[in-house]
Amino acid sequence: MNDMSRVERDVDTKDIKLECRDCQVYYGDTHAIKDVNVDIEDKTVTAFIGPSGCGKSTFLRCLNRMNDTIDVARVHGSFKLDGEDIYDKRVDPVQLRAKVGMVFQKPNPFPKSIYDNVAYGPRIHGLAKNKAELDEIVEKSLRRGAIWDEVKDRLDAPGTGLSGGQQQRLCIARAVATEPEVLLMDEPCSALDPIATAQVEELIDDLRSRYSVVIVTHSMQQAARVSQKTAFFHLGNLVEFGETGQIFTNPEDPRTESYITGRIG
Amino acid sequence: MTDASMQSPETGRHTVSLTEGDARTRKRAAAEKRFRAYGIIAIATGLFFLVVLFASILSQGIPAFTRTVVSVEFTLTEPQQEEAESTLFKTKAYSDLFIAELNKELAESGINVDFDEAAIERLLGKIGGTIRTFYSENPDKLGEPIQFDLAASSRVDGYFKGRVSRDTLQDSRFLQKSDLDLVDALKEAGIIKQAFNWPFITGADSGVDNPGGAGIGASVIGSFFMMLVVLALSLPIGVAASIYLEEFAPQNRFTDLIEVNISNLAAVPSIVFGILGLAVFIQFMHLPQSAPLVGGLVLTLMTLPTIIISTRASLKAVPPSIRDAALGVGASKMQAVFHHVLPLAAPGILTGTIIGLAQALGETAPLLLIGMVGFVARGYPDGFLAGFTEPNSAMPAQIYTWAARADVGFYEKAWGGIIILLIFLLTMNIIAIILRRRFERRW
Repeated sequence: MNDMSRVERDVDTKDIKLECRDCQVYYGDTHAIKDVNVDIEDKTVTAFIGPSGCGKSTFLRCLNRMNDTIDVARVHGSFKLDGEDIYDKRVDPVQLRAKVGMVFQKPNPFPKSIYDNVAYGPRIHGLAKNKAELDEIVEKSLRRGAIWDEVKDRLDAPGTGLSGGQQQRLCIARAVATEPEVLLMDEPCSALDPIATAQVEELIDDLRSRYSVVIVTHSMQQAARVSQKTAFFHLGNLVEFGETGQIFTNPEDPRTESYITGRIG
Repeated sequence: MTDASMQSPETGRHTVSLTEGDARTRKRAAAEKRFRAYGIIAIATGLFFLVVLFASILSQGIPAFTRTVVSVEFTLTEPQQEEAESTLFKTKAYSDLFIAELNKELAESGINVDFDEAAIERLLGKIGGTIRTFYSENPDKLGEPIQFDLAASSRVDGYFKGRVSRDTLQDSRFLQKSDLDLVDALKEAGIIKQAFNWPFITGADSGVDNPGGAGIGASVIGSFFMMLVVLALSLPIGVAASIYLEEFAPQNRFTDLIEVNISNLAAVPSIVFGILGLAVFIQFMHLPQSAPLVGGLVLTLMTLPTIIISTRASLKAVPPSIRDAALGVGASKMQAVFHHVLPLAAPGILTGTIIGLAQALGETAPLLLIGMVGFVARGYPDGFLAGFTEPNSAMPAQIYTWAARADVGFYEKAWGGIIILLIFLLTMNIIAIILRRRFERRW
């Protein structure tokens, strides 16, 4: 990353990409997310941390309406992507998910070739007019996923045959292939070894120049390393949200401090 | 804390050497050994019965694939035909010519035996008519030597296969003891012999008094058309219903009710479906009786629950992460299902379908109710579409009809029919396995 882009980024971070107000999520009778207000800034990495079951993954899945697939889940509140409510009746979740991509906890490549894994999104959204354009998109995405050099000679090999870290980077490449504006990552490194984790973290740092990234993580070190903003969730509440440096060095809420120092969670 | 203090080396439970094993471990090892023995016994019992089944099917059924033929090289010249046609009893004239030829061949082999026309008729049936029909249909064959392979009567066939013996034979209009001398003589001369029974595979059902002429071919075709109907209806309907129930339908009382009903339908006795088919398809909708189309419809009703249950199970087995992945890149629900979930579930769906089809193939009771009984299969349909609508039988119904007939000659036909049925089933399974291999993918 050169200095030019850094300057650009500092200017861009003022914009709010995704504005969430009074968000409530219910799983049947369980109130899983209570009154959460978060602003996701553009070209920023926002980390959600908190103990297991605190609702950070649930909240993440609200941001691209993946909770729609769970019958018992009900979502209330206002989620505005560039000022448009994503839960508006007229919004087609398919279109939303092309704008808000997602990477999952467990690497989940399709049981197809590496090429088809990446090309699937552009194909269904009609982003390429011909084979040459599609090839270009696939190469660009795999490069952004920092996996191009490893797979360029075997694009026809099955994606499921890669190692765990490679699979996860393939999934990231697949997610960026549709040119999303926001990239949601649900514990993307929890199934990876430290080396693969380092690669993915480096990749996240690169992605920040183009996308706004929201990452859920269990590792506080990871949150501290990759994010600019951090939100701490506890028992369905957003306890604290602010600059990463401030949250980790000088938290306002005693619960945040307890969690960071390892006394709860 | 107290537990830990009690486990001091002196009083602890783990004082026995690792190489000896304590009483508890030995007991567990013995239980495991016993369980393995039970498993092996169960499998061995199953295999034993399978071997017995196959041995009895093969030993009883294989004779159905051979028949006894009298093969005589016979030449009819044009003047001979004209002369025969001018007599009053035309078929008798042909019969006489044939007997003369037979006598000549016997004399050439140096065998002397006395027989009359009645004996030949008991052995070969009304031979004169057969020859006359052949020449009136093929006038260009006149003057050429023709090899006639004439089927011997089922009692003579039985004599060759050990079903009829000289000691127990009672003289009747069907066969007399003296005829057996003629048979022996013909056998010595090499005129009567065993041959592969093509007519059994290609032929249609015969009357109750002619077990020798009965063939299963027509009912194989009937079964084939029924399976086409079952496959064409139950696979798309079953898969569509399961995809809807599994992937799209909301979870509520109504869908729960449907699920319970599908599971219960799988356990409904097949004869109930037969009655339903009779009432709805034939009496109410006036579809043709005994038609493979109706049989296929009834069997479709029977097969659907099986296919739906197995399809839903294989859809459930597809990891949800694949659905998430597809939805995550912006695929619609339908795209996620058709591009990713269905291909992964295809091998399982195929297995369920083939199990359903195999059940349908072997089903007899509902077919009897809608009139697809064995004796209906008297000939081949006149074309592809007629195959669905013309009266026909199916293999199991044909086998049932044969097994129920009085003449013991049909008994071996029934067993032979079972062999053909198993071959049909095996072919279906092999096709399914090949398709399955092609669809199979790892994830």
